[in-house]
Amino acid sequence: MAQQFYVSPEQVMKDRADFARKGIARGKSVVVLSCRDGIALVAENPSPTLHKIGEIYDRIAFAAVGKYNEFESLRQAGVRYADVRGYSYDRVDVTARGLASVYAQSLGTVFTAEQKPFEVELAVAEVGESESGDHIFRLNFDGSIADESGFLAMGGQAETVQAALAAQWQRGAGMAQALRWAVAALESPHAQAAAAASGAPSPGGSGGAHLPAASLEVAVLERKAAAERGTHRTFRRLSDDEVALALAAGS
Amino acid sequence: MGGQVGRGFPALEAGGTSSSFFDHVSRSNPELLPFRTSMGPGQLPATPHGTTIVALSFAGGVLMAGDRRATMGSMIANRHIEKVFPADRHSVLGIAGTAGIAIDIVRLFQVELEHYEKIEGTQLSLEGKANRLGAMIRANLPMALQGLSVVPLFAGVEAGEPAGRLFSYDVTGGRYEELEHHSVGSGSVFARGALKKLWRPGLSADEAVAVAVESLIDASDDDSATGGPDLVRQLWPVVYLVTADGAARVGQDALAAVVEAIVARRTAERREA
Repeated sequence: MAQQFYVSPEQVMKDRADFARKGIARGKSVVVLSCRDGIALVAENPSPTLHKIGEIYDRIAFAAVGKYNEFESLRQAGVRYADVRGYSYDRVDVTARGLASVYAQSLGTVFTAEQKPFEVELAVAEVGESESGDHIFRLNFDGSIADESGFLAMGGQAETVQAALAAQWQRGAGMAQALRWAVAALESPHAQAAAAASGAPSPGGSGGAHLPAASLEVAVLERKAAAERGTHRTFRRLSDDEVALALAAGS
Repeated sequence: MGGQVGRGFPALEAGGTSSSFFDHVSRSNPELLPFRTSMGPGQLPATPHGTTIVALSFAGGVLMAGDRRATMGSMIANRHIEKVFPADRHSVLGIAGTAGIAIDIVRLFQVELEHYEKIEGTQLSLEGKANRLGAMIRANLPMALQGLSVVPLFAGVEAGEPAGRLFSYDVTGGRYEELEHHSVGSGSVFARGALKKLWRPGLSADEAVAVAVESLIDASDDDSATGGPDLVRQLWPVVYLVTADGAARVGQDALAAVVEAIVARRTAERREA
């Protein structure tokens, strides 16, 4: 039998983290941002059916980057958790905080105990009565959890996208404005790459390649859904036409 | 997520049932279900019962209406009970029978449809919804045999189809498609008679509301367990219209007008039966 080599726990965790980070960095980015009318979730995703963004419950949505089969199983587990909880208690007792901590525990357990960590990064967003009541949680592959205020970006070029968002995002914007910021932020890595390739200085923002509506996946949590649509479900997926309309309005 | 070892392909084994909330709860939290498979022997205490539900088709959709009375033996247990509920955007269900279990079955069915939609990203077909409801009623059979029966009526519109469809059930979960109109509950024999005379093909939505309300009034006239419109408390039947645009509840003002017209006409006619 071959001799087991000793590897320090620090090294094991570091290797696992590097492995997961590499997996996530290969994918495209997702942006979640809160605005006056609700929360917008925008992903660069050419597939019309393999979703990166999903509905979890009345006021809660899910967004993810990384390996599809892994985050899809997490999404389904989240829907089951929320539906069981809402059915056994009440619909108002399902909160993003509760869901995020369950996700954090699962991810943490998989990270330390399983053969391979999940190569995913998740966002759990809950729309509140007002913009200050919104919650956006970021969950990492190792189970670490962060409460983001206002907006977050994750995925392949998360830092560039996050920086672009930070430069533009302001409280109190309308939904169309929020979508334009999100798309501009998602375009910024492309613009930088194009600028680097042509040798010209980066124009900053969305000067480069434009993302067409068909390659975007957009969903919103509408703050006033109960009053305007008479439904307790605030999640709504936008069609390509609606996205194109919202993006065209400002340019 | 847990490293569960299956006999074949684990994902595929789970895949058959993973979209159903009902199956998930049956496996993981069976104590949450409104019915259990076994109940101890003994005399059942009196429980509130819901009664008459009527449903009928009209041009472009289906309508369902229920009275507001729950009875316990010969007593009125509740005057405000609602027995017709939206199941999802394009379907409604009404329930007659043991109120406590029926209302929980409605809740379970609503979550079942929403759960499927969220997991799969698409709505269940109307046939699929009707079959799922049948499975739930069948699961309640042991309770029904002990006297706690629930009999639903289900109506909906399939996306992209012009007309609505109507399904009735027996306590074993048997599912029957009804044409034109149907009624369940203790007052249903009287409501059915009224529906046969008042219903005609191609009713408009407003006419359909008037027909449904009048048939419930007829049921309440002869069945003590069915409540008529309560002019003192301003209580009207619960009426839902389902069209291709979705399910919508008919407003209180519109119902008040319909009820007042029928009551005024009958008062003027002063007929005995």
